[in-house]
Amino acid sequence: MPKNTHDVIVVGAGHNGLTAASYMAKAGLDVVVLEKNDWIGGAAVSRELYPGWKYSNCSYVCSLLRPEIMRDLELYKYGLQIIPYEGSATMMKNGDYYTHYHDHDMTINSIRRHSHKDAEAYERYSRDVLRQCKIIKPLLKMTPPDLTSFKPKDLFGALEFAKHFAAKDELGGLGEKEIYDTIRFYTMSIRDYLEEYFESEITKAHLAGSAIIGTALGPCSPGSAYVLLHHYMGEVDGSVGSWGYARGGMGSITQAMMGCLKDHGGEVKPSSEVTNVITKNGKAIGVATQNGDEYYAKKIVSNLDVKRTFLKITEEKDLPDDFVRSVKNFKIRGSSGKLNIALDGLPDFPCIPEGDPGGGGDMHFTETIEEMEGAYDDWKRGEWSRNPYVDMCIPSKSDPTMAEPGKHYMSVFIQYVPFNLANGGWNEERKQEFGRHIVDCIAEFSPNFKDLINHYEVRTPLELENEVGLTEGNIFQGELTMDQLMFNRPVPGYAQYRTPLKNMYICSSSTHPGGGVMGAPGANAAREVLLDMNVPQKGNYY
Amino acid sequence: MTQDLRYSALKKTPFHAKTSLASRTNKYYNWNGYTVPTEYSTTELEYTAARNGTSVMDLTPMGKYEIIGDHAHQFVDYLVTRDLSKMKDNTVAYIIWCNEDGKVIDDGTIFKFSSTKFMLCCAVKIYNWLNDSAYGFDVTITDVTDTIAALAIQGPTSCSTLKKFGATDLETLKPFEMREYKIDGSDILISRTGFTGDLGYELWTDPKNAETTWDNIEIAGKELKLRPFGMYALEMTRIEAGFIQTNTDFMAAEDSLRPTRMRSPYEIGMGWLVHLNKNSYFVGKKALKKEKEENTTERCLVGLDIDGDKPAHGSVIYNSKKEDIGIVTAALWSPIMKKNIALASLKRPYGIKIKENIFAEIYHPEELEYRKIWARCKVVKRQFFNPERRNKVPADLYE
Repeated sequence: MPKNTHDVIVVGAGHNGLTAASYMAKAGLDVVVLEKNDWIGGAAVSRELYPGWKYSNCSYVCSLLRPEIMRDLELYKYGLQIIPYEGSATMMKNGDYYTHYHDHDMTINSIRRHSHKDAEAYERYSRDVLRQCKIIKPLLKMTPPDLTSFKPKDLFGALEFAKHFAAKDELGGLGEKEIYDTIRFYTMSIRDYLEEYFESEITKAHLAGSAIIGTALGPCSPGSAYVLLHHYMGEVDGSVGSWGYARGGMGSITQAMMGCLKDHGGEVKPSSEVTNVITKNGKAIGVATQNGDEYYAKKIVSNLDVKRTFLKITEEKDLPDDFVRSVKNFKIRGSSGKLNIALDGLPDFPCIPEGDPGGGGDMHFTETIEEMEGAYDDWKRGEWSRNPYVDMCIPSKSDPTMAEPGKHYMSVFIQYVPFNLANGGWNEERKQEFGRHIVDCIAEFSPNFKDLINHYEVRTPLELENEVGLTEGNIFQGELTMDQLMFNRPVPGYAQYRTPLKNMYICSSSTHPGGGVMGAPGANAAREVLLDMNVPQKGNYY
Repeated sequence: MTQDLRYSALKKTPFHAKTSLASRTNKYYNWNGYTVPTEYSTTELEYTAARNGTSVMDLTPMGKYEIIGDHAHQFVDYLVTRDLSKMKDNTVAYIIWCNEDGKVIDDGTIFKFSSTKFMLCCAVKIYNWLNDSAYGFDVTITDVTDTIAALAIQGPTSCSTLKKFGATDLETLKPFEMREYKIDGSDILISRTGFTGDLGYELWTDPKNAETTWDNIEIAGKELKLRPFGMYALEMTRIEAGFIQTNTDFMAAEDSLRPTRMRSPYEIGMGWLVHLNKNSYFVGKKALKKEKEENTTERCLVGLDIDGDKPAHGSVIYNSKKEDIGIVTAALWSPIMKKNIALASLKRPYGIKIKENIFAEIYHPEELEYRKIWARCKVVKRQFFNPERRNKVPADLYE
């Protein structure tokens, strides 16, 4: 028997790889996780790039991580805690503001400042969105059925899927109207959807933000309404749609997962970039790493996105041609950038009244959907948005572990930023120019902001690809559009975490239910591997 | 100051001017005859402060009794089931005390200043009980509930907050120790005690210092994620810590109308506080010895880890034959553990010898209808959440 033999190899120590690995290790398998970087966590990391400040330098907030996963893997034991945030705000150039709160009635009072009608429409809107979230929630945990198969598992699966759409048990039965709404929700643009409820521009602009974050769609693009749902279906302790910070930064999530994995005998090897999958007789039997090591296992689970998995580490000759073509056509477009900023103090945002909890969470300054669409137009031309949509937050306002008392860490997510920058692509100079542009945009709303900056890190889609390994820097590992969701994710016919290459699986966000620090793809994939290996599984998730 | 002559059924604590200013929701409740906030802003965020930053709670309504006299130490040792004969000065001990039948009256904490001076803190009113029990002891008992203002300062950054407030070297204070400070001219006693199961302190001072103390702590904790927290959030943290609450998880012997509702320490998971072999006699010893010898303990109080995410408030607990074996006394979806936990009073051998195949019937309200959930439970340690930082010396600092 060759050395370095395990039950399972997981390629990539991001949150889905670690979730899958932990579930499999808990079930008693010998699991090794190979990571290319010399740190672990993928896009869920906390890194000290400037002494004294911790940056959640990729993903920055948490809501989607399934509570069942946190429970099964006992992540609290390994230090994970989610800190809910109190509210969010959009600042306006005329000095006014819009705020949204944890408390429903406070939000209604706030919307009423802009439109009495909208304040009441918000009741209807939040009910309708919540209803859609409740329909989706049970689907997240399911392996999508293959609708073309007649295997009992798929037939029952399809029935189960249909049942959840009809949502008899969760919501007491939906009528035709609600099912039509579901279909509309999956195909509409967020602008059209919001216009059915609201009249005030600022209300629409604030709510539409969730529909564009991370996607290369604009607010007028069909399908953007679903992206909003994707951001809403998370929860923090039963409050659906709530968001929070991981205490200690997003790295706490993957560190806790690693703690669980190690406690169950699993192993993580950093600085071990997998270069190719070793096959024998059309079956995957192992992997080779850049440093020349070879690892062998019964099952190989890839946490890389679908393009990297099949166009980079697997050889085309081992895969069916139509499959390779589908993978090549998979939409995975970078659309966002990020600034991580070390601040010497708390910047003032005079628009937001002092002490207003609306300033406690995410802050924005896009006032209309048109502005947002304009930002998207720049991206289409291969430029970063001159008037960008930003999702900025200061986790250190709530989390005492990110910086010393009185110092602050600010995360600024920027949309839109192209992967292929027009006129010659990205270079250091243009990257810094982009960074300065964003700083200037923020400074318009905060007079002392620039003076407080100690250091900042600029991240374009290029850094995301090179460092984390997300193709084109797409944070969801593939667009969240209907043609790439559920049984179509990553490609039709292969939505069950298995791949055309025997013994090779995929557990990344390129699979159902998609991106965001959710862990569901990892847990779902682990279930399928365990099923194939006849290993009994238990836990709250399954 | 103009005197408020309106009739008020409930008393205000010395912190009231400050707590009412901090309250965004104006939600109060009656605790021991005082009006105190249940919630200041959002319970969820107040809870978070206790597990992430610093939480501050007005503890003044807690029953507080000073026991002074030559026999103070003997009397205290006679009163409680725990052996306190070796208790050191400037320490605190967790205690329970029983009536003559060995049924629990209350739990609380006892503070030892010297062998002639103690302070007892507890939930129920026991001035009368203490005086009756003190027959033959040279002690004077004073109800100091109104004359000592108390705050709980709990959470991972609480030590840093109090250090900034002026409590020098506080990190060296060990759990269940106390230390007297002079801060800004005020005498302040700080003990490393609390009801949240986390790093935390309690602070005791003269009511005249209350308002400035509150203000200064608020300033000290400004950058340390300080937030006042109310009873709802405290309830969440104490369930996670597995602490019991009198008249919630068990009926106080002196309050039980129905004699069958009274519980011995063994029935509420407090057997570890009963030292039958301590040299001196204590109230209830004979009865407890008999119960132990004859093995007549009927119930137990256990922790349950319950399937699903719907809290089992007031649920009846069944065995697999659907026989009623007990009741949930406190239930919570724990935000930090993402677990559905509960404290339950079960009929033995359930909870002691039989720990599996136990079910809770949960009635989950859903828009004016109930969904009945039959959830599997696992008997687990009652101390659900017990972070390392709780007992760490020196305590964690955020500087």
